[in-house]
Amino acid sequence: MCLAIPGKVESISGDSSEVNFSGLKRTVSLKLLPGVKTGDYVLVHAGFAIQTVDKHAAKKTLKLFKGL
Amino acid sequence: MEVCGTHTVAISKNGLRSLLPPNIRLFSGPGCPVCVTPQAEIDASIELAKRPKTIITTFGDMIRVPGTRTSLEKEKAEGSDVRVVYSPLDCLDIAKKEPEKEIVFIGVGFETTSPAIAATVLKAKEEKAHNFSVIPAFKLIPPALQALTGAKDVRVDGFILPGHVSTIIGADAYGFLEIPGVIAGFEAEDILEAIRMIAKLIGARNRPPVQIQYKSVVKPEGNPAALKVLYEVFEPSDSNWRGIGTIKGSGLVFRDKYRDFDALKKFDVKMRSAKEPAGCSCGSILKGVKTPPECKLFGKKCTPEYPVGPCMVSSEGACSAYYKYGNN
Repeated sequence: MCLAIPGKVESISGDSSEVNFSGLKRTVSLKLLPGVKTGDYVLVHAGFAIQTVDKHAAKKTLKLFKGL
Repeated sequence: MEVCGTHTVAISKNGLRSLLPPNIRLFSGPGCPVCVTPQAEIDASIELAKRPKTIITTFGDMIRVPGTRTSLEKEKAEGSDVRVVYSPLDCLDIAKKEPEKEIVFIGVGFETTSPAIAATVLKAKEEKAHNFSVIPAFKLIPPALQALTGAKDVRVDGFILPGHVSTIIGADAYGFLEIPGVIAGFEAEDILEAIRMIAKLIGARNRPPVQIQYKSVVKPEGNPAALKVLYEVFEPSDSNWRGIGTIKGSGLVFRDKYRDFDALKKFDVKMRSAKEPAGCSCGSILKGVKTPPECKLFGKKCTPEYPVGPCMVSSEGACSAYYKYGNN
């Protein structure tokens, strides 16, 4: 249940953002993670960004997801 | 002991138990939120589904969990409106579209999930979504670990600590641990590295309380903004865990300011005492006292298709993982 996946923030509007998960884009709330900037990688759980992710680690995980 | 259900699945899927020397044994802990939710709370959720003009919303794992007499899935088949949502925010969209109905979200989850529900409650208050409420069945991980390490029948030498819970609460939240703990990521190599780190810490002098293997997202302080939102809406309370019993300060209840969103109060839900399914060893499995194959129902009367206990229902339950991937 605690599954969370990393994605790249493409745009921000207020406390809402558009996050790209290897091509799949979703609206993600930034209410729990203020201060995020466009281009940051974030860890997303249940529609909320919960932590920023080191870029290299995020890219590695997204590559694994792509391989599925 | 791996505390997180996602770790249990990764260990089983990658056959990590078979790679370890005989002096290292892995036990699954109370890391599957659905599994640790007591029968009485599941029964109460199902009761609410029977109310007219009520929509029950939930994450997918809860829907098949058997209550004492029925499940949400069976009630849905009988005509109740039960919907699986991806995000709790989806509930507010439903609340807007169907203002004549009550939208009740089953709030099951650990610290990874509860801040998202708290943020949704704040938004509901802001938007005056009076037809939205939550059954607060959340659990907190640190008090459970404290209870486990103090239990006489539990023998654990180290914890593989949950990665995503720890992104929220931070490594500092485990400062009370008297045995080694390492916060691990979810790839096979992350878990193996965490096991190696724990093995090195066992018996070490001047050992740090907790180490972080999952450094890409876990910080000592966690996510203070998420914790602020969480504790704005909820406060800790004693809570009952399946198989473990009541643990002091291990659950969350609504603060007075937000009590209008408490489904238990709104609909005057009474928790009736409920017996665990006969012969089911979920309780012992959640404490790491038994492994799934040591339950006499495992793979016989209890299978993912016809589950008796929640550890077989949830995809992250230890029984489900052992059944799917074997005892390796």
